[in-house]
Amino acid sequence: MAGVRLEKIEKTYPNGFKAVHGIDLDIRDGEFMVLVGPSGCAKSTTLRMVAGLEEISGGKVLIGDRLVNDVEPKDRDIAMVFQNYALYPHMTVYKNMSWVLKLKKKPADEIDRRVRQAADILGLTDMLDRKPKQLSGGQMQRVAVGRAIVRSPKVFLFDEPLSNLDAKLRVQMRVEISRLHTKLKNTMIYVTHDQVEAMTMGDRICVMELGRIKQVDTPTNLYRYPANTFVAGFIGSPSMNIVSARLNFDGDTCYVDSQNLHLRIPDDIGKKVRQYDGKAIYFGIRPEHIHARETNPEAADNFFNMEVSVVENMGNEVYLYFTPGNSQYIARIDPDIPVRSGDSHEMWLDTNYIHLFDGETKENLIYKPKTQ
Amino acid sequence: MTQERTEDRLLQKALVGVGRLFFTLFVPVTAFFIFFKIFIFLRDGNAPQLVMTLIAIVWGVGGVAALYFLGYWLISKLSGKWNKSLLPYLFVGPALVILAWYLFIPTLRSLYLSFFNDTSMEFVGLANFLYCFTDEDMLISYRNNLIWLIVGTSFASGFGLLIAILADRSKFEKISKILIFLPMAISFVGAGVIWRFVYEYKPAGEDQIGLLNAIYTAFGGTPQAWLMIQPWNTVFLVFIMVWMWTGYAMVIYSAAIKGVPVSLIEAGRVDGAGEIRIIAAITIPYIKGTIIAVSTTILIITLKIFDIVYTMTGGLFDTDVVASMQYKQMFAQHDFGMGSAIAVLLFIAIIPVMYLNLRQFGQQEGFK
Amino acid sequence: MKKRKQRVNSFMVNGLLLFLCLVWTVPTFGLLMTSFRDRDVVSKTGWWTVFTRPDQAELTLDNYEQVLSGKTITLVDSKGNQQTVKGDNLTRAFLNSLTVSIPAVVIPILIASFAAYGFAWMDFPGRKVFFILVVALLVVPLQISLIPLLRDYGRLELTGTFLAIWLAHTGFGLPLSVYLMYNYISQLPRSIIESAIIDGCSHFGVFWKLILPLSVPAIASLAIFQFLWVWNDLLVALVFIGSKPGVEVLTQRLLYLIGSRGQDWHLLCAGAFISMALPLMVFISLQRYFVRGLLAGSVKG
Repeated sequence: MAGVRLEKIEKTYPNGFKAVHGIDLDIRDGEFMVLVGPSGCAKSTTLRMVAGLEEISGGKVLIGDRLVNDVEPKDRDIAMVFQNYALYPHMTVYKNMSWVLKLKKKPADEIDRRVRQAADILGLTDMLDRKPKQLSGGQMQRVAVGRAIVRSPKVFLFDEPLSNLDAKLRVQMRVEISRLHTKLKNTMIYVTHDQVEAMTMGDRICVMELGRIKQVDTPTNLYRYPANTFVAGFIGSPSMNIVSARLNFDGDTCYVDSQNLHLRIPDDIGKKVRQYDGKAIYFGIRPEHIHARETNPEAADNFFNMEVSVVENMGNEVYLYFTPGNSQYIARIDPDIPVRSGDSHEMWLDTNYIHLFDGETKENLIYKPKTQ
Repeated sequence: MTQERTEDRLLQKALVGVGRLFFTLFVPVTAFFIFFKIFIFLRDGNAPQLVMTLIAIVWGVGGVAALYFLGYWLISKLSGKWNKSLLPYLFVGPALVILAWYLFIPTLRSLYLSFFNDTSMEFVGLANFLYCFTDEDMLISYRNNLIWLIVGTSFASGFGLLIAILADRSKFEKISKILIFLPMAISFVGAGVIWRFVYEYKPAGEDQIGLLNAIYTAFGGTPQAWLMIQPWNTVFLVFIMVWMWTGYAMVIYSAAIKGVPVSLIEAGRVDGAGEIRIIAAITIPYIKGTIIAVSTTILIITLKIFDIVYTMTGGLFDTDVVASMQYKQMFAQHDFGMGSAIAVLLFIAIIPVMYLNLRQFGQQEGFK
Repeated sequence: MKKRKQRVNSFMVNGLLLFLCLVWTVPTFGLLMTSFRDRDVVSKTGWWTVFTRPDQAELTLDNYEQVLSGKTITLVDSKGNQQTVKGDNLTRAFLNSLTVSIPAVVIPILIASFAAYGFAWMDFPGRKVFFILVVALLVVPLQISLIPLLRDYGRLELTGTFLAIWLAHTGFGLPLSVYLMYNYISQLPRSIIESAIIDGCSHFGVFWKLILPLSVPAIASLAIFQFLWVWNDLLVALVFIGSKPGVEVLTQRLLYLIGSRGQDWHLLCAGAFISMALPLMVFISLQRYFVRGLLAGSVKG
């Protein structure tokens, strides 16, 4: 087993388009690293450079301690699971899984043992004689994973493996892959555009945008301490409310002023942003930190009367949409609080959980992310 | 002592190297030698026919596959870098070479030859082309080709559409489609025989054995030698082509018609349109692209039509078309300059149609 | 009211369809009937008399025997004169057609598949330019190549050999074949090929073990096209085989029958049917693939 290290990786296409701008990423041995980002963020390209399917325009890729820039994909000791499964349609499940070992000229009994072992882990034993088109989506993806397992590679690469599955199956497979990681303890790199997958599966998550890394950290830290507005908006659902505002100090008390909000910020946070007095910033607050007034009757300030434009009842929680001025806020509240759309309701913003971002760089002003 | 041993080892290495090189050369040379020997045997040998047939097929098919394997074997002997840059050319190279030899260079050569006289010895400038546009036979062939283009394309395409629409509404869709489609499998020569029999003429008073005359006389007409009445004889020839290619048009139209969204047709019905109205106002506009694609394909076929004319009349009674004129110039007159000039004209006429055709097909989906 | 209208409609639809089907089928049917009729009656009465006057039908297999065996047959005609008629040896032409067709189908498809894979999945300088050139060659009518090629063949002493005509059909069939195979192969999922490459397959291995098996539907369509085209071809055979008797194919032989025995309808019809038998069989049994191929792109003409 081995970790994977990317040093200043770049990808420039022949037409001059630069897809990846010098990425540094250190994936530890045995770690489950998720690359996440919206489409076009080059997460797949990065993965494919690790696999050797895409030429590396600059920088280094190391697997273990071996520089693999010029190593053929088959010699990199990796296995890859693709979004559309990439099963060989004309081969049975068994042949799909054994083919790679046959190409490596392993002895027949070893092939058989390894295929059956993998099939056992994935519950495919009864399906070994079937052709891919006789399988359901979930089974096909399991075969694809099985094909990766039999090679016992140093590194598993997953390229959006669950995107083609329906919602229910996706949740189920998500758990299965996590379980597999716990069991095999291999290094795994997993690409997805789905932040829920990223949050639930990753030991660490690497959030990317437009060929650059925006933040690398554990799920908890990403959620609590997003390094910039991009990560703040990308991680979490419904996503964080982010609004342009201005910081104003009245003595030592810090206020955030936006169109129709005037928020008092706790002093310990205010201290950190003293030098932004009078400057344009973005402030962000997660939906769960906007409460109905009822839940905190004692609150002295930071409550506002707002008109509810839409109410979405999820059963276990309720989303309220407010559209003061031309900004929009979403609040997540207890379903027992009676609110109807069109009502005006008094809401309280818990500024202990507020995020403040630089108006230009959009970096977080309060929490400085750890460097990896 | 050690010195000697290294020398030994060097010598050994060199010997192995030479051996390998020899082997690498030996394999392809032997292979080619065997191919060539079989070729000569096939050309000049006189084994029983069936044996020759089998040998030829195995040799032809196996030979090509073997050449690819041989090429791959040779390339894989090379170092990684060479291997990587040469391998693509093993894949596309043979196709490119053959295409260059059979189509690309001949086009240029024909263009060149078209400026020379019959023996290709003397430069004659545009004289061949001038002849092409003034000679009476050539002009007749243009007229005929025009008849082919207009009648052939419109009727094949029109019948195809009609049958596709009818079949779509009939219980007998499958069987009727196969029957209409069947002539596509028949050679032009075979079709020629079939239709000679339809157009056959016997003088009045005798029993007619040609179907057309039998029907014609049954309705009180006097028997006609259909293939000699100018210029209608060309139309009669065209109908053979229509008979063969209607099936093609029908199959594609049929698929296109099935692709018209049901909701669109139902919306038309809800709006109160009758069947004919729906076909005219919804179906046909919807498959317009397909109609263009099919028509241009048939147009190209008619432009190059040769076999029907050659089998049915041999170009007599003013039925010649451009392609048969070219064949005549080449093999009856042995005028290579003229033959090339006519081919070049044909080529020029096809370009715009083909452009239209490819563009239209390009917009549709590929294999499904 | 509504129902009645639909019935009339369907009556008209089916009636018209039936009529068209009859028009399309009767000529071939007539040929088939004639090929079974005795030579004496063929040129005297129409084939439909088999049905109108069944007592005089006199159906026979002699015509086929004559055409296939090539033996000389002595006949006594109605006036009592003896006549010897030499039959025609279509068996030989049939085998020749087979010898021409099978490699002329397999070779271009193999070469085209290799090329299509190269164009679709390999990276090399000039890829785009070459591919555009190949597709552009679709416009070249094969007529334009006849004279230059005939000269090359003369110099290489290839005229009248099977190799000559295989290569000619390969050359003329390649643009369409490459184009259609490219359409298919380039649409195979990229990940399958990449997966095989990660598994340790070379491009050559990917081609043989993955691409060819997966392309069977496309290959089948193309093969039927090419087969019908080659089997039914007359022009290429006339030009490159010429009149070399040992190599002549069916269409040439049939043409010769028309020319020399235009009046021997019984032989002509039997001969024509023999030439149609194989393509019709192939066509009917593999019709599905043929239609798919038609729908996939244009058609060579």
